[in-house]
Order: sequence, then structure tokens, then C-alpha cells
Amino acid sequence: MNAIEVRDVRKTYRRYGRRKSFGTLKSAILTGRVARDLKDADAFEALKGVSFEVPAGKTFGLVGRNGSGKSTMLKLIAGIGRPTSGEVKVHGRVSALIELGAGFHPEISGRDNVFINGMMLGLSKREVADRFDEIVAFAELDDFIDEPVKTYSSGMYMRLGFSVAINVDPDVLLVDEVLAVGDESFTHKCLDKFADFRRRGRTVLLVTHSLDMVTRFCDDALWLDHGVVRAQGDPRRVIDAYLLDVAAAENKALARNPAVSVSSSPEQPNDMMKAVEGRWGSREAEIVSVEFVRHNGVAAHVFESGEPLAIRMRVRAHQPLSDFVFGVALFSAEGVCCYGTNTDIEGAEPHEFTGDAEVGFVIDSLCLVAGTYSVDVAVHRRNGVPYDYHRSLYTIRVTSKLNETGIVRPPHRWTFSSSIRISGL
Amino acid sequence: MLHSLRQLLRHRALVQSLVARELKARYRGSTLGLLWSFINPLLLLSIYTFVFTTVMPGARSAGIEPFSLFLFCGLLPWTWFSSSLLESSNSLIAGGNLIRKVLFPAEVLPIVTVFAGLVHFCLGLPILAAFFVYYRVQVPLTDLAWFPVIVVEQLLLTLGFALMISALTVHFRDLRDLLANVLTLAFFLTPIIYPLSQAPAWARPFLNLNPFTTLAVSYQEVLAIPGPFVGWPRLLIFGVVSVLVFAIGYFVFDRLRDTLAEEV
Repeated sequence: MNAIEVRDVRKTYRRYGRRKSFGTLKSAILTGRVARDLKDADAFEALKGVSFEVPAGKTFGLVGRNGSGKSTMLKLIAGIGRPTSGEVKVHGRVSALIELGAGFHPEISGRDNVFINGMMLGLSKREVADRFDEIVAFAELDDFIDEPVKTYSSGMYMRLGFSVAINVDPDVLLVDEVLAVGDESFTHKCLDKFADFRRRGRTVLLVTHSLDMVTRFCDDALWLDHGVVRAQGDPRRVIDAYLLDVAAAENKALARNPAVSVSSSPEQPNDMMKAVEGRWGSREAEIVSVEFVRHNGVAAHVFESGEPLAIRMRVRAHQPLSDFVFGVALFSAEGVCCYGTNTDIEGAEPHEFTGDAEVGFVIDSLCLVAGTYSVDVAVHRRNGVPYDYHRSLYTIRVTSKLNETGIVRPPHRWTFSSSIRISGL
Repeated sequence: MLHSLRQLLRHRALVQSLVARELKARYRGSTLGLLWSFINPLLLLSIYTFVFTTVMPGARSAGIEPFSLFLFCGLLPWTWFSSSLLESSNSLIAGGNLIRKVLFPAEVLPIVTVFAGLVHFCLGLPILAAFFVYYRVQVPLTDLAWFPVIVVEQLLLTLGFALMISALTVHFRDLRDLLANVLTLAFFLTPIIYPLSQAPAWARPFLNLNPFTTLAVSYQEVLAIPGPFVGWPRLLIFGVVSVLVFAIGYFVFDRLRDTLAEEV
């Protein structure tokens, strides 16, 4: 038995701006819909043939980037709007947590609003009355329920909205990214409520960006991307596929920032540490290009914490040089220098540098916690006068399965004496 | 459409609560509160009486006495009609959040504005009654029995227009501005501040085309003009018209229903 069946659903929206609404008043009334033969330029396909099923009693996660069609899908399932083509079937009473407290009237009391909101969501007056105490208790608003809603804080407002919606006690609950409404303790209550739902065999469809929640709560997951289903099935597998794709997209975006595109600022800033980004130097020697290379030799901008990273610089000396130093520095997103070094600091003695050459800086294990880091590279004289200094022109992202804090992840291990039994490390 | 109508009946209680909320919220914070429902029509009436008895007494037709009672019989229902339409033209847009984010029977919104208007109308009736007492006018019970019929017909007519206008305004927002002016024109084309008999003979057929003319004339004949109510056949025919307007209004609304969530 399926609680939700979605078959080849398409949804086309008209684009505004060049909006040509109904041709005439007459056609508007007679057809009751947008003329079907929209030109491509005027139409935006939010969903391009999506099919899936949610078995009754399952918790189902819907993930995807912004604009992938998740919310559109949710609205179609909720019955707000109809698909352009295809079919959506839902068995049982639906309640959608899309916008909490939609329809609350600010001037009247929380009590009256609970009744009206409950009736809007499909309860009878009597049903609301029966659940009233539970709704108020869950929202933790006993002292304020007779105050006008306009005096509520946004948290109180959302809690009341959530409480009404969840107490409709639907067979199918649709949740769109609403768990961020309360403080920690309220979020836990909401999660308990979901768990309770599952136990009683209700179906939950969860749209969220919190991938952690999908892996923890969902039996099944679906990944939507630009209106098509990219993957469906075991949440762990779907989320991994999704994350890989996100990383690939980030790689592409970060790569669009090569040094040459930054116009060289000829003046060296007075205070080097204050310079935000840029390129300067006398240019007797030049850094032509910089690449970040993964262990498999492929250039990338996203690296897993702990994996090797090589910075590969192509350099050129316009005249033979005997006074030169190569340097590298890594900065965290907050501008903290995580590590900086150069060949001079490490005691190297320069002899000769002519023509085109390549310099590699190889880190065997990238000991940084997850985050975005900017990279400086430079070639300069031993007294510090730069030939070519690239300040924060490159960005890399470090990802990690763990959620450690700080900047550096020193290689480490835990040890325990025998009276502590622990596993998983 | 019949299915939708049945659904609508199921939402009776919701309409009821929303009307109550509308009235509660409307006067919240004002000192006089619900008293405004009495004061507003009274003030409006005073203004018109002042204009026609003091500013330009010549404009007022002879033989209609007491004039303020006659005025009131037309003004009170007209206020209900025009304010309902004006508010309903904005009702879907103002309630956009509900339509876009909640599975909600959208027709409830314009219907609520009409019923809220009906409540204000009913609150004005005691003032009307006070006039009868003051002027010692006696309305025969047989005439008074027609009064609810007129109200029901006006209700259906207003609902039909309100549904149509609210849904169309979502698509053609210009209607809102147009409507205000059309209503002003309609006010003068309805025998409210003058009796139908005063209009030039050539204009009367046109005035009769105005749907509100029958209602206004009926209110006046039943309440303000002495003698038995002779216009009842016309009122019954108009009953058919009002049902038709309601049906058409609902049909239009139903056809546009699916587009509302996207366009609001």
C-alpha cells in the first residue's frame, strides 16, 4: 500500500517579466488554465517527469539543491496547485508543514487563531476543541494563549503554527524545512513527535537541507536535481551521491578564479598583512599558473581532510636569477594564517633559476579541519622584495566526514586503558 | 462545480469563524469597538441628509417624506454591496499566503467578506427601526415579510459578483482600480438618492438594467413608501437573476481556482 504515488509529474511555470497572462478575459474563464502551447522561452519547467512512490508508514527524505523542485513537488502532493501533466495520488489526510502559522491573524488571540487555523487545515471545530489543550501544551504557550498573536515572538508564533499543524494528526505529513523554528529543546520535541508518527505507522515526507536528518530518520531518500530524479533508495547511498555532485560543482566554481584573471596591481601594499587579495611584484620572475593536485594526479579544489595535496606552480624567470625564494601560505576563511613557509626559512640556498620551471609543494596528509582556505604563493628575493606575490588568489575547500572544530587536525590516536570499553574509533 | 459547492457547505463552520474573526479584529483597539457598526451608517446618513436638506434642498424630489428614511433604505444595502465587492477584490491577494502555502478552499475568502458585510448590514437595522419609531411610520407585516426575501437575493447577487471579481482580480489587477470607479458610477445610476419615478422616462429602462435597481426599489417600497408592496412579481423574477449571477460567479471562480495559487 502506497501512501503517495507520483507518476511522471511535470510542472511548468510561466516566467514573469515577459508575462503574457491569459490572452483574453474570455479564454481565461473558458479554459481556466494557461494556454498549453507555451513557447519555451516563456516556460520554466520546475519538474520534468518525476515518478516515485512512498509506501505507507515510511519516512521519506527529499533532498536537492535550491531550485531543484523540492518545494514544488511538496506543494503538488499537498494539493496546492496541480501538475501540468502526470498524476499525484495521496491516500489519507494530508497535513503540510510548509509555512507555519500561515493565516494567523495578528490582532486576535492565540486561542481564536488555533481554532481558525485548525479548521483551515481540515479539522472540525469539535476536533480542535478536543485537541486544544494538547496543542497549547506542545507549543508551550499556556500563559500567552489569550494574548493577541501580534505580541508573540517569532519563535512563539512558529511553535504555535507547528503545534496546530502536527496535531491535525494526518495520515501523511509533509514537512518543508521547518524544524529550524524553535530552540534546541523544541526541535527535540518535534523530532520526538516525528518518531511517534512513525511508530503509529504514519507516513512522513521530509524536505530538508539537513542531510544528517535524512540519514538518521528516513527509510528512503530521493534526490531531485533541476526537476529530475537523480537517485532514489537507501538514504546513505543517495546522500553520498548528492554530496559528490555538490563537491564537483564546487570544484567547478572555485576553478573559475585563476590568477591571470586578476589584473596585477603594480604597487606593493604598505602593510603586507593587511592586503586582502591581489598580485604584485617586480616580475623578474613570474608565477604563471598554480594548480592543486590530488593524490591521483588530477587537479581539484576540494580535498578530503587527511588526503595528500600538491601545489604545482609553473614559474618563469625572465632573466637568470640567483637570489630567489619560493613561498607558500594557507589562510583560514577568517584570515588566520594556518601555515606559512618558504625555501629560505627552511634553509635552502638558491643557486640558479632560468627560463620556465616547475615548483611543487607536496603535503602528504592535509591536516586541516573542514572549511574553506585561501592560498598565497610567492617568489621573492631573500630580503623579502617580491618578484611575484599572489595574495589569496586561490581557494581550496577541505571536507571531512567528522565535525571537528579548530583549524588543524594533528595526526593522532586515542588510547584507553582496559577498564574503558569503547568502539568505533 | 457541484462537487465544489458541496465542499463549500462543509466549510460553513470555517466561514462562520472567519466572519467572527473579521469583526473581532476589525474593531480591536478602537475605543468604540462594535459601536462603529452603528455609527458609520448613521454618519453617512447624516451627511446625505445634510446635503439634500440644507446644501441643495432643490435637488431633492418632492413628495418623499421623510426623506432621510427613504435615503437610509437605499444607502444601507448599498454600503453592504459596494464594500463587500471592494473588499473581496482584494481578499485573495491579501490572503495569498494561505492560498500558496496551505491547502485551503480559496472561495472562503471572498465569501467571508460578503458575510461580514451582511453582519454590518444587520447591525444597521436597529437604526432603521429607530427611524420608524421616530417618524411613527407603520410598515404592514405583509410588506415586512418580503424583507428577508430581498436580503437573500442581495446576498446571492453579492456573492456571485464577489466570487467573480476576486478571482479575476488575481489575473487582472487593474480591476481593483476600475471597480472603485464603476461602483461610484453605479451608485448614481441606482435610485438611492432619488426615487426611480424622478428619473427621466427615457432613462428608466437603462436604470432597470442595473441589477441593484430592483433591490433598492424593493427596499424602498417595502419600508419607506406607504401602501402595499406592488413590486413583488419583479422581485421574484429578480430572484432568478440573482441565482444565475451566483452560479456564474461560482463557475468563473471554479474555473480559475487552479491558477490562483500560482498567480496570487
